[in-house]
Amino acid sequence: MLSRVVIVGASAAGLTVAEALRRRGYDGKLTLIGDEPHPPYDRPPLSKQILAGTWEPDKVRLRSDAALDGLGADLLLGHAAVGLDAARRQVLVAGGAAVGYDGLVIATGVSPRRLPGTDLAGVHLLRTLDDALTLRAALLDRPKLVVAGAGFLGAEVAAVAREMGLDVTLTGLLPVPMHNLFGPRLGGLIAEMHRDHGVSLRLGIGVSRLIEAAGRVAGVELADGSVIDADLVLVAVGSNPATGWLAGSDLCLSDGVVCDSRCQAAPGIYAAGDVASSYNPQFGARMRLEHRMNATEQGIAVAGNLLGDDLPVAPVPYFWTDQYDTKIQAYGIFPPDGEFQIVSGDPVDRRFAATYGRDGVMTGVLGWNAPREVRTLRQLVVDRAPWPASSTSSPLSALMAR
Amino acid sequence: MKVTIDIDKCIGAGQCVLSAPDVFDQRDEDGLVVLINPTPSAGQAADVKHAAALCPAQAIIVED
Repeated sequence: MLSRVVIVGASAAGLTVAEALRRRGYDGKLTLIGDEPHPPYDRPPLSKQILAGTWEPDKVRLRSDAALDGLGADLLLGHAAVGLDAARRQVLVAGGAAVGYDGLVIATGVSPRRLPGTDLAGVHLLRTLDDALTLRAALLDRPKLVVAGAGFLGAEVAAVAREMGLDVTLTGLLPVPMHNLFGPRLGGLIAEMHRDHGVSLRLGIGVSRLIEAAGRVAGVELADGSVIDADLVLVAVGSNPATGWLAGSDLCLSDGVVCDSRCQAAPGIYAAGDVASSYNPQFGARMRLEHRMNATEQGIAVAGNLLGDDLPVAPVPYFWTDQYDTKIQAYGIFPPDGEFQIVSGDPVDRRFAATYGRDGVMTGVLGWNAPREVRTLRQLVVDRAPWPASSTSSPLSALMAR
Repeated sequence: MKVTIDIDKCIGAGQCVLSAPDVFDQRDEDGLVVLINPTPSAGQAADVKHAAALCPAQAIIVED
Protein backbone atom coordinates (compact mmCIF):
# COMPACT_ATOMS: atom_id res chain seq x y z
CA MET A 1 0.00 0.00 0.00
CA LEU A 2 1.43 3.31 -1.15
CA SER A 3 1.99 5.76 1.70
CA ARG A 4 5.00 7.92 0.83
CA VAL A 5 5.14 9.38 -2.68
CA VAL A 6 8.04 11.61 -3.63
CA ILE A 7 7.91 13.64 -6.84
CA VAL A 8 11.16 15.18 -8.02
CA GLY A 9 10.45 18.16 -10.24
CA ALA A 10 7.87 20.79 -9.31
CA SER A 11 6.90 21.98 -12.75
CA ALA A 12 3.94 20.99 -14.94
CA ALA A 13 4.46 17.21 -14.88
CA GLY A 14 5.29 16.96 -11.18
CA LEU A 15 2.39 19.16 -10.12
CA THR A 16 0.01 17.18 -12.33
CA VAL A 17 1.04 13.90 -10.71
CA ALA A 18 0.47 15.39 -7.24
CA GLU A 19 -2.95 16.75 -8.11
CA ALA A 20 -4.04 13.61 -9.94
CA LEU A 21 -3.02 11.45 -6.98
CA ARG A 22 -5.17 13.55 -4.65
CA ARG A 23 -8.09 13.57 -7.09
CA ARG A 24 -7.88 9.79 -7.17
CA GLY A 25 -8.12 9.65 -3.38
CA TYR A 26 -4.49 9.05 -2.43
CA ASP A 27 -4.24 10.39 1.14
CA GLY A 28 -0.71 9.35 2.06
CA LYS A 29 2.37 11.51 2.38
CA LEU A 30 3.29 13.55 -0.68
CA THR A 31 6.56 15.42 -1.20
CA LEU A 32 7.25 17.67 -4.18
CA ILE A 33 10.91 18.60 -4.63
CA GLY A 34 11.88 21.41 -7.02
CA ASP A 35 15.22 23.05 -7.65
CA GLU A 36 13.77 26.47 -8.46
CA PRO A 37 12.64 28.82 -5.71
CA HIS A 38 9.40 29.70 -7.50
CA PRO A 39 6.12 27.90 -6.94
CA PRO A 40 5.15 25.74 -9.96
CA TYR A 41 4.82 27.81 -13.12
CA ASP A 42 4.12 27.33 -16.78
CA ARG A 43 6.92 27.47 -19.33
CA PRO A 44 5.29 27.98 -22.76
CA PRO A 45 4.49 31.66 -22.04
CA LEU A 46 8.13 32.40 -21.16
CA SER A 47 9.20 32.69 -24.80
CA LYS A 48 5.96 34.45 -25.73
CA GLN A 49 3.98 36.67 -23.33
CA ILE A 50 6.67 37.02 -20.66
CA LEU A 51 9.39 37.90 -23.15
CA ALA A 52 7.05 40.30 -24.94
CA GLY A 53 6.05 41.87 -21.62
CA THR A 54 2.33 41.40 -22.23
CA TRP A 55 1.91 39.34 -19.03
CA GLU A 56 3.01 40.13 -15.52
CA PRO A 57 5.39 37.40 -14.33
CA ASP A 58 2.87 36.23 -11.73
CA LYS A 59 0.49 35.11 -14.46
CA VAL A 60 2.62 32.06 -15.28
CA ARG A 61 1.98 30.60 -11.82
CA LEU A 62 0.15 27.32 -12.20
CA ARG A 63 -1.60 27.45 -8.81
CA SER A 64 -2.44 29.96 -6.12
CA ASP A 65 -0.95 29.60 -2.64
CA ALA A 66 -4.34 28.39 -1.44
CA ALA A 67 -4.52 25.69 -4.10
CA LEU A 68 -0.99 24.54 -3.27
CA ASP A 69 -1.85 24.43 0.43
CA GLY A 70 -4.90 22.38 -0.44
CA LEU A 71 -2.67 19.69 -1.96
CA GLY A 72 -1.51 18.64 1.48
CA ALA A 73 2.02 18.15 0.17
CA ASP A 74 5.46 19.01 1.49
CA LEU A 75 6.82 21.46 -1.04
CA LEU A 76 10.59 21.50 -1.00
CA LEU A 77 11.20 24.40 -3.38
CA GLY A 78 14.69 25.68 -4.07
CA HIS A 79 16.02 22.23 -3.22
CA ALA A 80 17.73 20.27 -5.97
CA ALA A 81 17.70 16.50 -5.78
CA VAL A 82 21.32 15.38 -6.00
CA GLY A 83 21.06 11.62 -5.83
CA LEU A 84 18.88 8.56 -5.73
CA ASP A 85 19.55 5.62 -3.44
CA ALA A 86 17.11 3.10 -4.90
CA ALA A 87 18.24 0.32 -2.53
CA ARG A 88 17.30 2.41 0.51
CA ARG A 89 14.42 4.06 -1.37
CA GLN A 90 15.65 7.55 -0.66
CA VAL A 91 16.05 10.75 -2.67
CA LEU A 92 19.07 12.76 -1.59
CA VAL A 93 18.55 16.51 -1.53
CA ALA A 94 21.20 19.26 -1.70
CA GLY A 95 22.20 20.17 1.83
CA GLY A 96 22.23 16.56 2.97
CA ALA A 97 18.60 15.62 3.61
CA ALA A 98 17.31 12.21 2.51
CA VAL A 99 13.62 11.78 1.72
CA GLY A 100 12.25 8.24 1.82
CA TYR A 101 9.63 6.98 -0.60
CA ASP A 102 7.66 3.94 -1.55
CA GLY A 103 6.61 5.53 -4.84
CA LEU A 104 8.90 7.85 -6.79
CA VAL A 105 8.18 10.06 -9.79
CA ILE A 106 11.01 11.61 -11.76
CA ALA A 107 9.88 14.82 -13.45
CA THR A 108 13.05 16.88 -13.57
CA GLY A 109 12.61 18.07 -17.14
CA VAL A 110 15.51 19.25 -19.26
CA SER A 111 18.40 21.71 -19.14
CA PRO A 112 19.38 23.86 -22.08
CA ARG A 113 22.46 22.82 -24.05
CA ARG A 114 25.29 25.28 -24.05
CA LEU A 115 27.86 26.37 -26.60
CA PRO A 116 31.47 27.12 -25.73
CA GLY A 117 31.41 30.73 -24.50
CA THR A 118 27.91 30.61 -23.07
CA ASP A 119 29.26 32.09 -19.82
CA LEU A 120 30.21 35.35 -21.56
CA ALA A 121 28.28 38.48 -20.63
CA GLY A 122 25.56 39.08 -23.19
CA VAL A 123 24.92 35.40 -23.86
CA HIS A 124 21.58 34.07 -22.65
CA LEU A 125 19.80 30.76 -22.24
CA LEU A 126 16.05 30.44 -21.83
CA ARG A 127 14.51 27.76 -19.69
CA THR A 128 13.36 29.32 -16.42
CA LEU A 129 11.22 32.28 -15.45
CA ASP A 130 14.34 34.06 -14.19
CA ASP A 131 16.02 33.43 -17.56
CA ALA A 132 13.01 34.95 -19.35
CA LEU A 133 12.91 38.05 -17.15
CA THR A 134 16.66 38.58 -17.54
CA LEU A 135 16.42 38.20 -21.32
CA ARG A 136 13.42 40.54 -21.44
CA ALA A 137 15.33 43.22 -19.54
CA ALA A 138 18.29 42.83 -21.90
CA LEU A 139 16.10 43.10 -25.00
CA LEU A 140 14.74 46.41 -23.74
CA ASP A 141 18.23 47.88 -24.34
CA ARG A 142 17.57 47.24 -28.05
CA PRO A 143 20.61 45.08 -28.75
CA LYS A 144 21.47 43.56 -32.08
CA LEU A 145 20.32 40.01 -31.41
CA VAL A 146 21.61 36.76 -32.82
CA VAL A 147 19.58 33.67 -32.01
CA ALA A 148 21.74 30.56 -32.26
CA GLY A 149 19.39 27.68 -32.92
CA ALA A 150 16.25 27.72 -35.06
CA GLY A 151 14.08 25.19 -33.25
CA PHE A 152 10.94 25.97 -31.29
CA LEU A 153 12.52 28.31 -28.81
CA GLY A 154 14.81 30.12 -31.21
CA ALA A 155 12.01 30.77 -33.70
CA GLU A 156 9.63 32.05 -30.99
CA VAL A 157 12.23 34.38 -29.49
CA ALA A 158 13.18 35.71 -32.92
CA ALA A 159 9.51 36.54 -33.52
CA VAL A 160 9.09 38.36 -30.21
CA ALA A 161 12.32 40.32 -30.68
CA ARG A 162 11.32 41.38 -34.19
CA GLU A 163 7.96 42.54 -32.89
CA MET A 164 9.92 44.65 -30.39
CA GLY A 165 11.65 46.16 -33.43
CA LEU A 166 15.09 44.67 -32.84
CA ASP A 167 17.65 43.70 -35.45
CA VAL A 168 17.43 39.90 -35.36
CA THR A 169 19.45 37.17 -37.04
CA LEU A 170 18.28 33.58 -36.72
CA THR A 171 20.92 30.92 -37.30
CA GLY A 172 20.63 27.17 -37.32
CA LEU A 173 22.39 24.04 -38.46
CA LEU A 174 19.46 22.77 -40.52
CA PRO A 175 18.23 24.35 -43.77
CA VAL A 176 14.92 25.63 -42.37
CA PRO A 177 13.59 26.55 -38.91
CA MET A 178 11.90 23.81 -36.87
CA HIS A 179 13.10 21.22 -39.37
CA ASN A 180 13.16 18.29 -36.97
CA LEU A 181 9.66 19.05 -35.74
CA PHE A 182 7.89 19.68 -39.03
CA GLY A 183 10.16 18.68 -41.89
CA PRO A 184 11.48 20.71 -44.82
CA ARG A 185 8.28 21.94 -46.44
CA LEU A 186 6.55 23.44 -43.42
CA GLY A 187 9.92 24.67 -42.18
CA GLY A 188 10.24 26.50 -45.48
CA LEU A 189 6.97 28.32 -44.82
CA ILE A 190 8.20 29.25 -41.34
CA ALA A 191 11.42 30.59 -42.85
CA GLU A 192 9.37 32.69 -45.27
CA MET A 193 7.27 34.06 -42.43
CA HIS A 194 10.37 35.18 -40.53
CA ARG A 195 11.91 36.69 -43.65
CA ASP A 196 8.67 38.59 -44.32
CA HIS A 197 8.89 40.01 -40.82
CA GLY A 198 12.43 41.20 -41.34
CA VAL A 199 14.47 38.51 -39.62
CA SER A 200 17.83 37.87 -41.22
CA LEU A 201 18.16 34.09 -41.70
CA ARG A 202 21.51 32.29 -41.73
CA LEU A 203 20.41 28.66 -41.90
CA GLY A 204 22.02 25.40 -42.86
CA ILE A 205 25.24 26.26 -41.10
CA GLY A 206 26.42 25.72 -37.55
CA VAL A 207 27.88 28.16 -35.05
CA SER A 208 31.57 27.49 -34.53
CA ARG A 209 32.17 29.91 -31.67
CA LEU A 210 31.04 32.98 -29.84
CA ILE A 211 33.34 35.97 -30.26
CA GLU A 212 34.39 38.04 -27.27
CA ALA A 213 35.40 41.69 -27.11
CA ALA A 214 36.03 43.67 -23.93
CA GLY A 215 34.68 40.92 -21.72
CA ARG A 216 31.38 40.39 -23.44
CA VAL A 217 29.96 38.76 -26.53
CA ALA A 218 30.50 40.68 -29.74
CA GLY A 219 29.46 38.21 -32.39
CA VAL A 220 28.90 34.71 -33.59
CA GLU A 221 31.28 32.94 -35.92
CA LEU A 222 29.71 30.41 -38.26
CA ALA A 223 31.29 27.24 -39.57
CA ASP A 224 32.24 28.91 -42.88
CA GLY A 225 34.26 31.52 -40.99
CA SER A 226 31.79 34.35 -41.48
CA VAL A 227 30.95 36.48 -38.48
CA ILE A 228 27.62 38.00 -37.46
CA ASP A 229 27.99 40.96 -35.12
CA ALA A 230 25.88 40.78 -31.99
CA ASP A 231 25.28 42.69 -28.78
CA LEU A 232 23.25 39.83 -27.41
CA VAL A 233 23.16 36.12 -28.23
CA LEU A 234 20.46 33.65 -27.27
CA VAL A 235 21.74 30.11 -27.28
CA ALA A 236 18.75 27.92 -28.14
CA VAL A 237 20.39 24.75 -29.41
CA GLY A 238 18.14 22.24 -27.70
CA SER A 239 18.08 20.61 -24.32
CA ASN A 240 19.37 17.62 -22.45
CA PRO A 241 17.27 15.60 -20.01
CA ALA A 242 18.07 16.62 -16.43
CA THR A 243 19.26 13.22 -15.26
CA GLY A 244 22.69 14.09 -13.84
CA TRP A 245 21.39 13.52 -10.30
CA LEU A 246 20.49 9.93 -11.22
CA ALA A 247 24.05 8.91 -12.13
CA GLY A 248 24.95 5.71 -10.32
CA SER A 249 21.31 4.91 -9.49
CA ASP A 250 21.10 1.80 -11.74
CA LEU A 251 18.21 3.34 -13.65
CA CYS A 252 18.59 3.06 -17.40
CA LEU A 253 19.47 6.53 -18.71
CA SER A 254 19.65 7.07 -22.45
CA ASP A 255 18.41 10.42 -23.71
CA GLY A 256 16.20 10.59 -20.61
CA VAL A 257 14.91 8.10 -18.09
CA VAL A 258 14.13 4.96 -20.06
CA CYS A 259 10.65 3.69 -19.21
CA ASP A 260 8.26 1.05 -20.43
CA SER A 261 4.84 1.83 -21.90
CA ARG A 262 3.54 2.47 -18.34
CA CYS A 263 6.15 5.22 -17.85
CA GLN A 264 7.73 2.90 -15.31
CA ALA A 265 11.53 3.01 -15.03
CA ALA A 266 11.86 0.41 -12.25
CA PRO A 267 9.49 -1.10 -9.70
CA GLY A 268 7.90 1.81 -7.85
CA ILE A 269 9.73 4.40 -9.97
CA TYR A 270 8.06 6.32 -12.78
CA ALA A 271 8.99 9.25 -15.00
CA ALA A 272 6.81 11.94 -16.56
CA GLY A 273 7.24 14.95 -18.81
CA ASP A 274 10.28 16.12 -20.78
CA VAL A 275 12.66 13.79 -18.96
CA ALA A 276 10.76 10.56 -19.69
CA SER A 277 11.74 8.38 -22.63
CA SER A 278 8.87 5.95 -22.83
CA TYR A 279 7.54 3.45 -25.31
CA ASN A 280 4.43 4.84 -27.00
CA PRO A 281 2.31 1.93 -28.31
CA GLN A 282 0.22 4.29 -30.47
CA PHE A 283 3.26 4.89 -32.68
CA GLY A 284 5.18 1.71 -31.87
CA ALA A 285 8.21 3.77 -30.91
CA ARG A 286 10.18 5.06 -27.97
CA MET A 287 9.63 8.81 -27.56
CA ARG A 288 10.82 11.63 -25.39
CA LEU A 289 8.55 14.62 -25.89
CA GLU A 290 9.31 18.16 -24.80
CA HIS A 291 5.70 19.25 -25.14
CA ARG A 292 3.52 20.93 -22.53
CA MET A 293 0.51 18.64 -23.07
CA ASN A 294 2.65 15.56 -22.71
CA ALA A 295 3.65 16.64 -19.21
CA THR A 296 -0.01 16.68 -18.21
CA GLU A 297 -1.03 13.51 -20.02
CA GLN A 298 1.88 11.49 -18.66
CA GLY A 299 1.43 13.05 -15.22
CA ILE A 300 -2.20 11.94 -15.00
CA ALA A 301 -1.36 8.46 -16.30
CA VAL A 302 1.61 8.03 -13.95
CA ALA A 303 -0.55 8.93 -10.95
CA GLY A 304 -2.97 6.22 -12.06
CA ASN A 305 -0.22 3.67 -12.56
CA LEU A 306 1.24 4.44 -9.13
CA LEU A 307 -2.19 3.57 -7.77
CA GLY A 308 -2.27 0.29 -9.67
CA ASP A 309 -3.94 1.06 -13.00
CA ASP A 310 -1.18 -0.71 -14.92
CA LEU A 311 -2.20 1.00 -18.15
CA PRO A 312 -0.02 1.94 -21.12
CA VAL A 313 0.44 5.64 -21.80
CA ALA A 314 -0.19 6.22 -25.49
CA PRO A 315 -0.91 9.88 -26.04
CA VAL A 316 -1.11 11.45 -29.47
CA PRO A 317 1.37 14.29 -28.96
CA TYR A 318 -0.11 17.78 -29.17
CA PHE A 319 2.00 20.89 -29.49
CA TRP A 320 1.75 24.40 -30.77
CA THR A 321 3.78 27.48 -31.45
CA ASP A 322 2.79 31.14 -31.67
CA GLN A 323 4.93 33.33 -33.90
CA TYR A 324 3.83 36.82 -34.96
CA ASP A 325 0.10 36.42 -35.61
CA THR A 326 0.41 32.79 -36.64
CA LYS A 327 -0.58 29.82 -34.55
CA ILE A 328 0.66 26.42 -35.66
CA GLN A 329 -0.98 23.46 -33.90
CA ALA A 330 -0.05 19.86 -34.39
CA TYR A 331 -1.11 16.39 -33.33
CA GLY A 332 1.12 13.39 -33.82
CA ILE A 333 4.63 13.11 -35.15
CA PHE A 334 6.17 14.69 -38.24
CA PRO A 335 9.22 12.75 -39.36
CA PRO A 336 11.34 14.95 -41.66
CA ASP A 337 11.36 12.10 -44.22
CA GLY A 338 7.56 11.77 -44.16
CA GLU A 339 5.18 13.10 -46.79
CA PHE A 340 3.07 16.21 -46.44
CA GLN A 341 -0.32 16.97 -47.98
CA ILE A 342 -2.42 20.10 -47.64
CA VAL A 343 -6.03 19.06 -47.14
CA SER A 344 -7.79 22.39 -46.70
CA GLY A 345 -6.98 26.04 -47.21
CA ASP A 346 -3.86 27.47 -48.80
CA PRO A 347 -0.55 28.74 -47.41
CA VAL A 348 -1.02 31.87 -49.52
CA ASP A 349 -4.06 32.72 -47.40
CA ARG A 350 -2.11 31.97 -44.21
CA ARG A 351 -4.72 29.42 -43.16
CA PHE A 352 -4.49 25.75 -44.00
CA ALA A 353 -4.55 22.25 -42.59
CA ALA A 354 -2.17 19.48 -43.58
CA THR A 355 -1.67 15.80 -42.96
CA TYR A 356 1.62 13.91 -42.70
CA GLY A 357 2.23 10.27 -43.36
CA ARG A 358 4.87 7.62 -43.72
CA ASP A 359 4.96 3.90 -44.43
CA GLY A 360 1.26 3.74 -45.25
CA VAL A 361 0.06 5.38 -42.03
CA MET A 362 -0.99 8.93 -41.23
CA THR A 363 1.29 10.07 -38.41
CA GLY A 364 0.32 13.71 -37.89
CA VAL A 365 -2.05 16.54 -38.67
CA LEU A 366 -1.22 20.18 -38.55
CA GLY A 367 -3.12 23.46 -38.65
CA TRP A 368 -1.68 26.82 -39.65
CA ASN A 369 -4.17 29.27 -38.18
CA ALA A 370 -6.74 26.46 -38.47
CA PRO A 371 -7.59 25.37 -34.93
CA ARG A 372 -10.97 23.78 -35.53
CA GLU A 373 -9.80 21.89 -38.59
CA VAL A 374 -6.82 20.39 -36.80
CA ARG A 375 -8.92 19.29 -33.84
CA THR A 376 -11.32 17.53 -36.22
CA LEU A 377 -8.46 15.88 -38.13
CA ARG A 378 -6.86 14.58 -34.92
CA GLN A 379 -9.04 11.48 -34.96
CA LEU A 380 -7.30 10.30 -38.14
CA VAL A 381 -4.01 10.09 -36.22
CA VAL A 382 -5.69 8.29 -33.33
CA ASP A 383 -7.14 5.81 -35.84
CA ARG A 384 -3.81 5.37 -37.68
CA ALA A 385 -5.62 6.20 -40.92
CA PRO A 386 -4.16 4.79 -44.13
CA TRP A 387 -1.67 6.96 -46.00
CA PRO A 388 -1.89 8.49 -48.51
CA ALA A 389 -5.41 9.47 -47.55
CA SER A 390 -7.94 9.38 -50.35
CA SER A 391 -9.89 12.61 -50.41
CA THR A 392 -13.06 10.91 -51.62
CA SER A 393 -13.28 7.71 -49.62
CA SER A 394 -11.42 8.59 -46.46
CA PRO A 395 -13.03 9.99 -43.35
CA LEU A 396 -11.15 13.13 -44.31
CA SER A 397 -13.84 14.61 -46.54
CA ALA A 398 -16.56 13.76 -44.06
CA LEU A 399 -14.58 15.29 -41.23
CA MET A 400 -13.78 18.43 -43.18
CA ALA A 401 -17.36 18.82 -44.34
CA ARG A 402 -18.70 18.97 -40.79
CA MET B 1 -20.05 23.16 -10.33
CA LYS B 2 -19.06 26.55 -11.75
CA VAL B 3 -16.67 26.97 -14.68
CA THR B 4 -14.82 30.13 -15.63
CA ILE B 5 -12.25 30.82 -18.33
CA ASP B 6 -9.13 32.97 -18.33
CA ILE B 7 -9.37 33.91 -22.00
CA ASP B 8 -5.93 35.63 -21.90
CA LYS B 9 -4.41 32.25 -21.26
CA CYS B 10 -6.42 30.25 -23.79
CA ILE B 11 -4.32 29.05 -26.71
CA GLY B 12 -7.13 27.44 -28.68
CA ALA B 13 -5.88 23.88 -28.31
CA GLY B 14 -9.42 22.55 -28.22
CA GLN B 15 -8.64 19.88 -25.63
CA CYS B 16 -11.65 21.02 -23.65
CA VAL B 17 -13.94 20.44 -26.65
CA LEU B 18 -12.55 16.92 -27.05
CA SER B 19 -13.05 16.22 -23.33
CA ALA B 20 -16.44 17.88 -22.73
CA PRO B 21 -18.12 18.89 -26.01
CA ASP B 22 -21.38 19.82 -24.29
CA VAL B 23 -19.64 22.41 -22.14
CA PHE B 24 -16.94 23.90 -24.39
CA ASP B 25 -16.67 24.96 -28.01
CA GLN B 26 -14.10 26.89 -30.05
CA ARG B 27 -14.42 30.10 -32.03
CA ASP B 28 -13.91 29.47 -35.71
CA GLU B 29 -11.51 32.34 -36.40
CA ASP B 30 -8.88 31.81 -33.70
CA GLY B 31 -9.94 28.62 -31.90
CA LEU B 32 -10.33 30.33 -28.54
CA VAL B 33 -12.71 28.69 -26.13
CA VAL B 34 -16.42 29.40 -26.00
CA LEU B 35 -18.04 28.37 -22.75
CA ILE B 36 -21.41 26.88 -23.70
CA ASN B 37 -22.43 25.94 -20.20
CA PRO B 38 -20.79 27.63 -17.18
CA THR B 39 -22.74 25.46 -14.73
CA PRO B 40 -22.36 21.85 -15.89
CA SER B 41 -24.45 19.10 -14.40
CA ALA B 42 -23.14 16.50 -11.98
CA GLY B 43 -23.06 14.06 -14.88
CA GLN B 44 -20.66 16.32 -16.77
CA ALA B 45 -18.44 17.10 -13.79
CA ALA B 46 -15.84 14.39 -14.36
CA ASP B 47 -15.37 15.38 -18.00
CA VAL B 48 -15.08 19.06 -17.09
CA LYS B 49 -12.49 18.35 -14.41
CA HIS B 50 -10.57 16.26 -16.92
CA ALA B 51 -10.71 19.14 -19.41
CA ALA B 52 -9.42 21.57 -16.79
CA ALA B 53 -6.57 19.26 -15.81
CA LEU B 54 -5.60 18.59 -19.41
CA CYS B 55 -5.79 22.18 -20.70
CA PRO B 56 -2.23 22.95 -21.87
CA ALA B 57 -2.70 26.62 -21.02
CA GLN B 58 -4.45 26.00 -17.68
CA ALA B 59 -7.13 28.46 -18.73
CA ILE B 60 -10.11 26.63 -17.19
CA ILE B 61 -11.05 27.29 -13.58
CA VAL B 62 -13.47 24.88 -11.92
CA GLU B 63 -15.16 25.49 -8.57
CA ASP B 64 -17.16 22.75 -6.93
